[in-house]
Amino acid sequence: MAVTIDDVRHIATLARLGLPDARAASIVAELNTILEHMDELAKVDTTGVEEAIGVGAEGLPVRADKGPPFPLARSLDAFAPSVRDGFLLVPRLSTHESPEEA
Amino acid sequence: MTARCCADVRSDTAAGRVTAADTLTAAIDRAHDVGAGREGLNIFAWRDDDDARRQAATIGDRLADTTPGALLGVPIAVKDNIATRTMPTTCGSRILEGYVSPYEATVVRRLREAGGIVFGKTNMDEFAMGSSTEHSAYGPTRNPIAPDRVPGGSSGGSAAAVASGIVSIALGSETGGSVRQPAAFCGIVGVKPTYGRVSRFGLVAFASSLDQVGVFGQTVDDAARGLAVIAGHDEMDSTSADIAVPDYTAAASTDVKGLVVGLPKEYFPASLDPAIRAKCDAAIAHLKALGATVKEVSLPHTDLAIPVYYIIAPAEASSNLARFDGVRYGLRITGDGLRGMYEATRSGGFGSEVTRRILLGTYVLSAGYYDAYYRKAQQVRTLIANDFRRVFDSGVHVLFTPTAPSTAFPIGAISDPYEMYLSDIFTATANLAGVPAMSIPIGRIGGLPVGGQFLATHFDEARMFNAAYALERALGAEARA
Repeated sequence: MAVTIDDVRHIATLARLGLPDARAASIVAELNTILEHMDELAKVDTTGVEEAIGVGAEGLPVRADKGPPFPLARSLDAFAPSVRDGFLLVPRLSTHESPEEA
Repeated sequence: MTARCCADVRSDTAAGRVTAADTLTAAIDRAHDVGAGREGLNIFAWRDDDDARRQAATIGDRLADTTPGALLGVPIAVKDNIATRTMPTTCGSRILEGYVSPYEATVVRRLREAGGIVFGKTNMDEFAMGSSTEHSAYGPTRNPIAPDRVPGGSSGGSAAAVASGIVSIALGSETGGSVRQPAAFCGIVGVKPTYGRVSRFGLVAFASSLDQVGVFGQTVDDAARGLAVIAGHDEMDSTSADIAVPDYTAAASTDVKGLVVGLPKEYFPASLDPAIRAKCDAAIAHLKALGATVKEVSLPHTDLAIPVYYIIAPAEASSNLARFDGVRYGLRITGDGLRGMYEATRSGGFGSEVTRRILLGTYVLSAGYYDAYYRKAQQVRTLIANDFRRVFDSGVHVLFTPTAPSTAFPIGAISDPYEMYLSDIFTATANLAGVPAMSIPIGRIGGLPVGGQFLATHFDEARMFNAAYALERALGAEARA
């Protein structure tokens, strides 16, 4: 897949790089030389091969599912003073009906 | 002349036989004598001897500690892409000119806590993109062994600081071989730990699925002691593994009888320089004589590592380097509106190699090309990682290969980008698979150092050090002959 000058201008725009015309032309040649070698990968049969998503032995470690180490500035009740049927009652928005009416 | 080894400096400092200030003065004098400055070897991006002296002055207060720090009084050079609060961190780039990080990298904090003295920030290929340390805003670093030649890269300044005897330990970073290849070119030891072994908090990101902080040492023991200090879990880096760090120096006293050493045939192609092959053969003969079992193995997807690496690394770089746009960091060049400022800053701030890789990475991630390049590369990366898994599961403990396909080449000799990329042909595989690897000197050709590489399975650095200690001892002076 050969890169054209229009491709280079397009990717330079995506990458927020201003390229003078002369530099854009040399980039076309450089990228095409490099991509020629990359095309070797097209010959490899990767049917059914998963994409690598990490390289560690165990993958990303997951921290313990516990609360944050910092105490809250206000108690939890302060965030939700009212509870009904196991749900938190929050202040009514003007566009919503009153919880008492629900 | 070499710097005093880390173990001696620590024990002498702890016993009061030498002060940290004395050791530091010797390093400063050595830097002067070898011509480490801009007009000479051009090893450092930044040095502040007064700051180093202030650090050394505090070491005396710590002598009452029951356990002296593992690097007590040891001056250490740090690559310019690792954040330090007292010195600029510029990644060898104009775009970060004068930038001082508001926080310090975990690895630097650990060095300081262990009694180490940050000696200076070392020159590097811009944003760690290069294999020769020629692509830096500060100009090229020269190889202390042969000043008309490159020191390798991208951590060439750190390698040169150790090879010239200024410091016994230096930190570098690895994305595709940027510690091992310069270690080979400069005749020293270079270690890339397992992906996840060392915290990257404060390491400026290049390619996040590949980057690791690495260590240079004058000897295997220096490198082992340096790695032991910086390794281990860090809650500030979610990719750092919570796995115990063994005492790597214990591997020095274990022999290698029964160690199974694999020789991957793809790393010894018919086209390999016969002189490099001969040095490897001599090293292999030593390993056999020490009682190791040596056998040929195969990593069949090795020749695809460079195309895979040079798709994945630029793709990740194009994303990571998007943050350098004149808004938050370093350089700002005004242009026509906000977009004009972005473009003017990035075009004026990035050098040619970084620009090329950002464009390459943007291209392989762009609509219509993502599947053909990026997705395909990630699939082949799986095949490369599976090659290693299969070999290590078959009972092989470590692999031995040449570190680089050549010795240090003359400055300016390679202008074709892809030819330069091929310098990483024997090293990029370890980064793609995430396994640990290290280079040690195994001899010289025409006065130029040759490196031999050991690789092990994930988190088995200790076994790798075991083989390296044994080979280093067996080679003796032959490693520098």
